[in-house]
Amino acid sequence: MKTVKAAFVKSLPVMAGYIILGIGFGILAHNAGYGFLWVLAMSLFIYAGSMQYVGVGLLAGGASVLTVILTTVMVNARHLFYSISMLRHYRNAGRYKPYLIFSLTDETYSLLCDGKVPEGTEPDRFRFLVSLFNQSYWVLGSVIGSLVSGILPFSTAGIEFSMTALFIASFTEQWITAKDHIPAVTGLLGTLLCLIAFGPDRFLIPAMLLITLLLTLFRNRISAGKKVDA
Amino acid sequence: MSTSAYSALLVAVMSIVTILLRAAPFLAFKKKIPAYVVYLGQVLPAAIIGMLVIYCLKDTSLLSAPFGAPEIIAGLLVVGLHAWKRNILLSILAGTAAYMILTQLVF
Repeated sequence: MKTVKAAFVKSLPVMAGYIILGIGFGILAHNAGYGFLWVLAMSLFIYAGSMQYVGVGLLAGGASVLTVILTTVMVNARHLFYSISMLRHYRNAGRYKPYLIFSLTDETYSLLCDGKVPEGTEPDRFRFLVSLFNQSYWVLGSVIGSLVSGILPFSTAGIEFSMTALFIASFTEQWITAKDHIPAVTGLLGTLLCLIAFGPDRFLIPAMLLITLLLTLFRNRISAGKKVDA
Repeated sequence: MSTSAYSALLVAVMSIVTILLRAAPFLAFKKKIPAYVVYLGQVLPAAIIGMLVIYCLKDTSLLSAPFGAPEIIAGLLVVGLHAWKRNILLSILAGTAAYMILTQLVF
């Protein structure tokens, strides 16, 4: 019981954010024609906030499987590094291990990355419960969003800007904290160039290829400027 | 294939790829991660956020009314508010509310 309580307290900072962003996702999906079951399935089985927002657009636009694979890899590439830094903590987590790995989102990582667990709790169970509480907030928020979007007393037209706002705010945050702005500028301008060259329906794959190519070419320059903040 | 079946396929693809990314280091932890992959992991996130900003704005027309004004105004509000308060939730809520008001009532 002590472990459950400690895990719940630990998860509280994520609660408001996940419920609100989840509601936004639920409404966005509903407006794109993807109702309750789609939202539930995505939040249960994908469980990656930004990717689910982007995913609604890919579904609605009938994107190709290749586009979806590449977009998921690029958008979620950072998760690879969350896992790398949690290798040590999760390695011997036994029956909790599969779910701990599956549920390692940005927010869950931010709560658990220091590796500390409260005294008197069982570490693996504690981390499992924090992860589980976090996903339950996300699922709850997205289901609420899906269910209320039809009955809200005001029009939700324009709610899709929540995704744009999320990425603009993330971009601003990372711009302020990063020592090197080459990656951010490369992403922005490389994509803009491909949008102009290939049009709004076919620019995503060229943009991802161009970004990877440019960052590969800039490798020496960026590495020379000490460590890059990611 | 029906639209629903195809959408379900895409959801499954997103799920599987995400799981593979999260699980890969645990499946291959005995091998050393190549320095190039580590480098990409450091620089890609910032670049991809930039890409996603453009992706979100891809259907905004600057050549016809209202010339992207709601997106520009709400976008600048998000940048300014975020630089000031550094609260991601506040930035999103304020930016989205501003955009909804601008598109529904102003433009």
